[in-house]
Amino acid sequence: MKLPPGVKSKDFADAIRQFEDAVGKQWVFTSEEDVALYRDAYSPFWGEEEERVASAAVAPDSVEQVQKVVRVANALKIPIYPISTGKNLGYGGSAPNLSGSVVLDLKRMNRVLEVSERNAYALVEPGVSYFDLYRHIQEKGYKLWVDVPDPGWGSPIGNALDHGGGYLQPQFRNHFDSHCGMEVVLANGEVLRTGMGALPGSKTWQEYKFGFGPWIDGIFSQGSSGVVTKMGFWLMPQPDAYLTGTVTVPGYEDITPLVDILTFLENSGVSNGMPGLGSPVLGGFMMPPPKSEVTAMLNEGGVASPKLQQYARQNGIPYWSCTVKFYGPAKAITAQWEYAKEKFSAIAGAKFQDGESYKLPLTPDQFNKVHKPEFGIPSLEMFSIGARSPYNPTPTSGHMWFSPIIPRTGEAILEANRVFSQAAKDFGLPILSFSLPSTYWMRAFIFLFGFPITHDIPTNRKNRESFRKLIQLSAEHGWGEYRTPPAFQDTVMETYSFNNHALRRFHETIKDALDPNGIISPGRYGIWPKHLRGQKA
Amino acid sequence: MKGLGIGFLLAIAVPVFAADNADAAAIQKGKQVYEYWCATCHGPNLAGTVALQTKYNGSKPALLVERTDLLPAVTKAFVRKGVTIMPFFRKTEISDADLDVLAAYLARNSGSTTGRPAR
Repeated sequence: MKLPPGVKSKDFADAIRQFEDAVGKQWVFTSEEDVALYRDAYSPFWGEEEERVASAAVAPDSVEQVQKVVRVANALKIPIYPISTGKNLGYGGSAPNLSGSVVLDLKRMNRVLEVSERNAYALVEPGVSYFDLYRHIQEKGYKLWVDVPDPGWGSPIGNALDHGGGYLQPQFRNHFDSHCGMEVVLANGEVLRTGMGALPGSKTWQEYKFGFGPWIDGIFSQGSSGVVTKMGFWLMPQPDAYLTGTVTVPGYEDITPLVDILTFLENSGVSNGMPGLGSPVLGGFMMPPPKSEVTAMLNEGGVASPKLQQYARQNGIPYWSCTVKFYGPAKAITAQWEYAKEKFSAIAGAKFQDGESYKLPLTPDQFNKVHKPEFGIPSLEMFSIGARSPYNPTPTSGHMWFSPIIPRTGEAILEANRVFSQAAKDFGLPILSFSLPSTYWMRAFIFLFGFPITHDIPTNRKNRESFRKLIQLSAEHGWGEYRTPPAFQDTVMETYSFNNHALRRFHETIKDALDPNGIISPGRYGIWPKHLRGQKA
Repeated sequence: MKGLGIGFLLAIAVPVFAADNADAAAIQKGKQVYEYWCATCHGPNLAGTVALQTKYNGSKPALLVERTDLLPAVTKAFVRKGVTIMPFFRKTEISDADLDVLAAYLARNSGSTTGRPAR
């Protein structure tokens, strides 16, 4: 067993005994076999001394038990690492930042506390998964949709706290944005409710976010200032209909007006589903793979290759496409698509194709065909990309995500591709030579590059080194990661250095004030408690 | 002699029926565990099924529920150790008791739901 740094064996043993008193002996895990289940299955340090591993795990069933556990940890200065469902795979899984931490496993707190169909919100505990919430709503027959990430086996609370996102209308797509009210156990064991929850007997905890005074919810996201035990979420009323349409544009330079018009349509509320940019000539993700001559031209001259542009022109293959998506009344969204076509027609040579059109709810046949998260249905179908298949006969052991935020312009997409494809050549990165945004926030893009995780130590070392180089390179171009595995959180936080790391120093001030013993998630997102600052994990 | 015969039969039959009922209950509970935790990836045409179809190329059924060779120890090893991108599952997710009945459910066609030789 790997003890937390600076903790005496006797204190650790005392803590374990008191944890057992708090939650019951069967819910404290200390055997090597049980604790191994808290490893990050996709750890980039798999099997190395540096792998972040827990010393034990404790699984409370109620907020009162969480309070007891936190008080014991605070008294004996035992680092704890809260997880909700532990499915943050690709960004750290259920393993702590600091080896030797005791994982505070909140999976047993799996109650859907309230769903209001009338005002479209839910209040849940951390162990509730998206599948649980979806099934609860289906069983009750509520006409509500949950914005789910893909894959959807994580928890609304964990995903929102890590700034995850989904696919529905923009006001739901960013999961932290769509939360309303939280309950937090602080490091001293005290329970705090934010927003309207601070008003005893409040009738609007899940209806108005801010309450009175400074709004503090943000410090608990990607944070280490408390253990979140409840959160409210706004849900999307089931729309009448769903419609998609695709515009294609012929030229390489057309990506600039294409993205500008898309952004206008989204910011105006005309198109309200998560769009998808593509390149018929370049192929790739969610499109047929490129022909071999295209790959050769792409590798030689990049996405701007004059040969490629000529090839696209001569063969009448559009350079770019954009699928826009609409939720709402059938008549209204048909008109919105017509309006979108008018706007896109400003690009010479733009062509249009109608896409999916469904009256909702989906029929069973439609249910089986669609990309489920776009209909608020949790799914694990995304794993078909990484799992063994005829296209991927030798799967890896996992992946980790490099995920920079890129400006919402066509120029930025091209610049990011120029920089990252050059880096792929220079550093031997295992990433595609061409990429388009994977997630579309209202005001920014996220690029996602999946780095493979293997059980081969030299390969993982090389990939970690490449990953760090990419973080630096990205920051030099003004692009920062929105989320990263614990292995790189210090490196990413180091890049957010404006005014001599004023932001990190602010976080550290908060950390020291709220958690003076530094027991909650030390090192998470690069924020270390005073006694460990400078040592790092 | 006749009476002795009936008593003898009852003495054997009662524990057998009890064991069968217990197995049936475990298998039914195991089906629920399977549907909650496994079917989302190992259902028809889903990632886990495509993976097994690719791995076995038809020499074994791709659907776990159609396998006849999944002894309990095999299911337990995959759940607790994981394989390729399928992670392992913690005991707060699938408890040892749930894993026992899950393994019994997937072993129902293998001739043994307990890991012991079939009766």
